[in-house]
Amino acid sequence: MAAVAEFDSVGLRYGTGAEVLRDLDFRLRTGAFYFLTGPSGAGKTSLLKLLYLAQRPTRGRIKLFGEELSEAARETLPPYRRRIGVVFQDFRLIRHLSAFDNVALPLRVAGAKDEDVEGPVREMLAWVGLADRASARPPTLSGGEQQRVAIARAVINRPELLVADEPTGNVDADMANRLMGLFTALNRLGTTVVVATHDVGLINATAGAQMIRLEGGTLVDPTGSLRNPPRPTRGSA
Amino acid sequence: MFDWLLASPPERRLLGAASRRAPTPWVIAIMSFTIMLIAATGLALANTAGVLSRAIETRYALEVPAAGTNLDALLASVRSLPSVSSADAVPESEMRSTLERWLGPAAKSRELPVPGLINFDIRPGTDLGGLRQHIQSIAPGAHLVAHRDSVAPLMRSLTLLQAVALGLVLLLSAAAAAAVVLAARGALDTHRFTIEVMHGIGATDLQVTHLFQRKIAIDAFIGSIAGGIAAGLVLLLLAGGAAFAGELTGGATLNLVDLLILALLPFALTALATVVARTAVLRALREAL
Repeated sequence: MAAVAEFDSVGLRYGTGAEVLRDLDFRLRTGAFYFLTGPSGAGKTSLLKLLYLAQRPTRGRIKLFGEELSEAARETLPPYRRRIGVVFQDFRLIRHLSAFDNVALPLRVAGAKDEDVEGPVREMLAWVGLADRASARPPTLSGGEQQRVAIARAVINRPELLVADEPTGNVDADMANRLMGLFTALNRLGTTVVVATHDVGLINATAGAQMIRLEGGTLVDPTGSLRNPPRPTRGSA
Repeated sequence: MFDWLLASPPERRLLGAASRRAPTPWVIAIMSFTIMLIAATGLALANTAGVLSRAIETRYALEVPAAGTNLDALLASVRSLPSVSSADAVPESEMRSTLERWLGPAAKSRELPVPGLINFDIRPGTDLGGLRQHIQSIAPGAHLVAHRDSVAPLMRSLTLLQAVALGLVLLLSAAAAAAVVLAARGALDTHRFTIEVMHGIGATDLQVTHLFQRKIAIDAFIGSIAGGIAAGLVLLLLAGGAAFAGELTGGATLNLVDLLILALLPFALTALATVVARTAVLRALREAL
């Protein structure tokens, strides 16, 4: 099956520090649902940064959507980024824009006309339960509401790859289930989903999902208990 | 080509209200005001130099040292030369009056020898060597002086002042460009988060740059026009109405071409600021992934 992402001997270090990710060899199948787990400091956020092209690996190769992008010229990256939706742990909403404008941003960046923005954004805000908060700015929204705006922004463009860093960390159980329902629905439509989380309940409640476990910057499966571990391309990861 | 100028309301909202309080328009206005005044002065000086140069280009003075020479006969001889278009003798009384400014009443003394002086204009294409020989034959010992040699120091000063004015205009333009670079960097710092988010969702450097380029272009345009209008008013006041910039240069005026150049300066400054802002922002963005 085609891979949306392929990591080949990937390593990452920040500046002159030690490697935070080492020898990552794996592939993410197109249309699959993955949970990325591991203790704090294991390198989950760094791995996600590599996935959504916010960071280049210091060694190894990364292929996204079939293209080798580890050393691609930076001006070639935007079209690939538009195919990726990202839910950040800290939401990363633009404070002076309304919830509507924050959600509409990916569509506008992609060149959508105003008349093609209104409907999808209203629909998406309604889906995450924020239809009546469209004109509210992030500082006036609760943490959970900001999380939902961030998720709406990440999925508004129907991305081929959705990357979420602790997406349910600021919402109640009911909303967490609804958001996971959205992710699952997107996954059924063909979007590859990668969710970094510590929430075991969430993992167990998502049927068919596979797991990637990181420890100390390397991909591990020490107990062999991982559910559907991703198939390594080489090595023992 | 100018799509970036036509931002939709959502695009305008991206930079928020904070950028509207930036001092860029004020800085550009001061630069524009100063550049306009200096440029007007330089242009008026150029006109003065041109008028003076044209007036003395063909003018010569014939100094006749021997007092008592028949100046009228000599004047008639000079006038009769085919290469001379006009000639006038400077009356001795006028010479003495001029000398009186430096010498006082002694200038009136008959003991003070005063040379005879004939000012004349030659026709274009005159053989100066031949003319000198001819004059020596009719007035031996007479000294032929070109007016342009007499006023050469003044002309050099005028040329130097024009160069200084041009240099100041260039320096101020460079200072305006530097101010724009600082403003662009400040704006990038202020909006770093917005830029990161935009890059993260696939915005290109050009899309991000257009936001800042448009903002700085508008600021520069407002500042340039405001400074230009203020400078125009000052020039009008100095000139007392119709004769532009007259007082600045001792009577020299600005012609239609000069006024056109001055009118275009604010637009040139706006264009410079826009290009500089675009380059500065693009360069800064390239430092990020």
